[in-house]
Amino acid sequence: MAKHETPLLDQLETGPWPSFVSDLKFQAEKRAKNEEGIEFQMPVDVVEDLLGILELSFKHGRTHWKHGGIVGVFGYGGGVIGRYCDQPKNFPGVEAFHTMRVNQPAGKYYKTDYLKTLCDLWDFRGSGITNMHGSTGDIILLGTTTKQLEEIFWTLTHDMNQDLGGSGSNLRTPSDCLGQSRCEYACYDTNALVYFLTNEYQDELHRPAFPYKFKFKLDGCPNCCVASIARSDMSFIGTWKDDIRIDQDAVNKYVENDPAYPANAGAYKGSKDWGPFDLEKEVLGLCPTKCMKFENKKMFIDNANCTRCMHCINVMPRALKIGKETGLSILVGAKAPILDGAQMGSLLVPFLPVNPDNDYEEITEVIENIWDWWMEEGKNRERLGELIMRQGFQKLLEVTGIDPMPQHVSYPRTNPYIFWKEDEVPGGWERDVDEYRKHHQR
Amino acid sequence: MSDLLDNKEAAQDAVLEWLNKKAKTKSKFYIKDFYKIFPDDKPRMIKKVVNKMVEDGILEYWSSGSTTMYGIKGGGIQHSSEGEN
Ligand code: HEM
Ligand code: HEM
Ligand code: SF4
Ligand code: SF4
Repeated sequence: MAKHETPLLDQLETGPWPSFVSDLKFQAEKRAKNEEGIEFQMPVDVVEDLLGILELSFKHGRTHWKHGGIVGVFGYGGGVIGRYCDQPKNFPGVEAFHTMRVNQPAGKYYKTDYLKTLCDLWDFRGSGITNMHGSTGDIILLGTTTKQLEEIFWTLTHDMNQDLGGSGSNLRTPSDCLGQSRCEYACYDTNALVYFLTNEYQDELHRPAFPYKFKFKLDGCPNCCVASIARSDMSFIGTWKDDIRIDQDAVNKYVENDPAYPANAGAYKGSKDWGPFDLEKEVLGLCPTKCMKFENKKMFIDNANCTRCMHCINVMPRALKIGKETGLSILVGAKAPILDGAQMGSLLVPFLPVNPDNDYEEITEVIENIWDWWMEEGKNRERLGELIMRQGFQKLLEVTGIDPMPQHVSYPRTNPYIFWKEDEVPGGWERDVDEYRKHHQR
Repeated sequence: MSDLLDNKEAAQDAVLEWLNKKAKTKSKFYIKDFYKIFPDDKPRMIKKVVNKMVEDGILEYWSSGSTTMYGIKGGGIQHSSEGEN
């Protein structure tokens, strides 16, 4: 028998999708049985009380969680998110229910013994409930008490060589796609860069420094598997400068519907009958800039007009490959809709080389110029994207020392924020009227 | 760096004096509020000094999860309050 009746939550189990309610009930039962004989440091019925208070919140139509608090581990201003409930008498198991953010490894590669150790630790000192991974990218350990925090931190850092991630007004845990470790589309080594940035900016990650949160996300190519363009204040997206590499023989194999050359590498096979591959309809016609042609069995791409959207490469990976002169673009200012609505990143730097040999100097320079500006000018709780809206993209170009260029304009006549200043124009605003009148009558 | 910020004790005293003056009306502050105490210094230097005061146990963080604030250790609103003291 469950500790609390949960008719409203039970309904959430009836849909076609996996239900977190079923998962929580499973975990509640597992703790109650405790077949492994764990010496729980959290109340054994923490998960049942979690279900109970959630049911109550649904019933009342209001939350019974308080917001925030003074919890953390020594020396760190982030990584622990304090949560307390306001019904501790009825739900003592969740009186304190803090979350710990654990810095996920680059590319989210784990060994099974690491995962086992982590789960053992969390069964022992927490609720046992995890979220792999939060939208931040971190391993999320949900629900523990204040007393356990230092113990968990000690085990993580000393026994598991594992750091906490970011929260609050800190740099958030940088997060990346798996990049060149597995993916042929990757234009740079995302894992190496995310590791470098995480180490380089340890102070910003662990001690609050900013007006609000700040996120780096790294995608190896414009497929944007971690959606950096929508979810990070600074998004690093792999790209290339030269031409898409074309294997004309392979193009024709696709056109001939050779079974060894399935469209999208066979990703949609079996979902429904898509009919024979149609190059015109599925590739040329969907190229957003209409820069592709196929004539006399030859494919032609007008690379100057290609926006590197990846579509053609995704459909015909055996025929088309990213270029060889690779690097990354930096986009800035994406955010979720708390103020002013959601915003996607705006392109700031079209191309930078990715160079570990000089400690990614070109990249850290842009980062630090932006931070100096935002720390000085950003209002409390103002995201970078909002500051850019408030002071203008032109101001951002000024503080980063980047010249305006056509790539900054998404559509002509819709970005009226790039103006000439007097000192940028030869001769300034003053002119010699006598000289002018020599050529022009009144 | 200004002489005031450079002198650890003087800087900490200035922060505490400012916080105590405000204590009647407010107990938690954004990092930006401390910029006023050191008008001639860069935010990056100021945050180092203020974060050090947390490490030294003089100040403490308060975090909503998304935003972090600073206050005198043990002073003012703790987690159990919704602003009613
Ligand atoms: C009306 C109530 C709430 C709203 C609208 C809300 C909204 C959000 C949103 C939008 C996020 C970001 C999601 C993500 O990054 O994955 C978030 C994250 C989070 N919330 Fe809430 N929340 C609510 C209640 C709660 C409660 C009751 C708790 C804990 C008891 C909580 C703890 C957290 C934590 C720990 C995170 C970070 C999780 C992560 O990084 O994956 N929230 N919340
Ligand atoms: C290099 C030469 C020129 C440049 C860069 C130029 C630029 C512009 C610009 C930026 C506008 C404002 C558009 C808008 O706000 O919608 C404009 C409007 C206009 N221009 Fe030009 N222009 C040029 C030559 C000319 C010439 C030679 C004529 C006529 C002989 C002309 C006639 C007009 C007119 C009538 C408008 C107003 C259109 C409207 O209000 O819809 N322009 N021009
Ligand atoms: S973003 Fe690009 S490089 Fe990274 S995993 Fe996805 S497809 Fe591969
Ligand atoms: S990458 Fe996109 S824009 Fe470029 S040629 Fe292919 S489909 Fe067209």
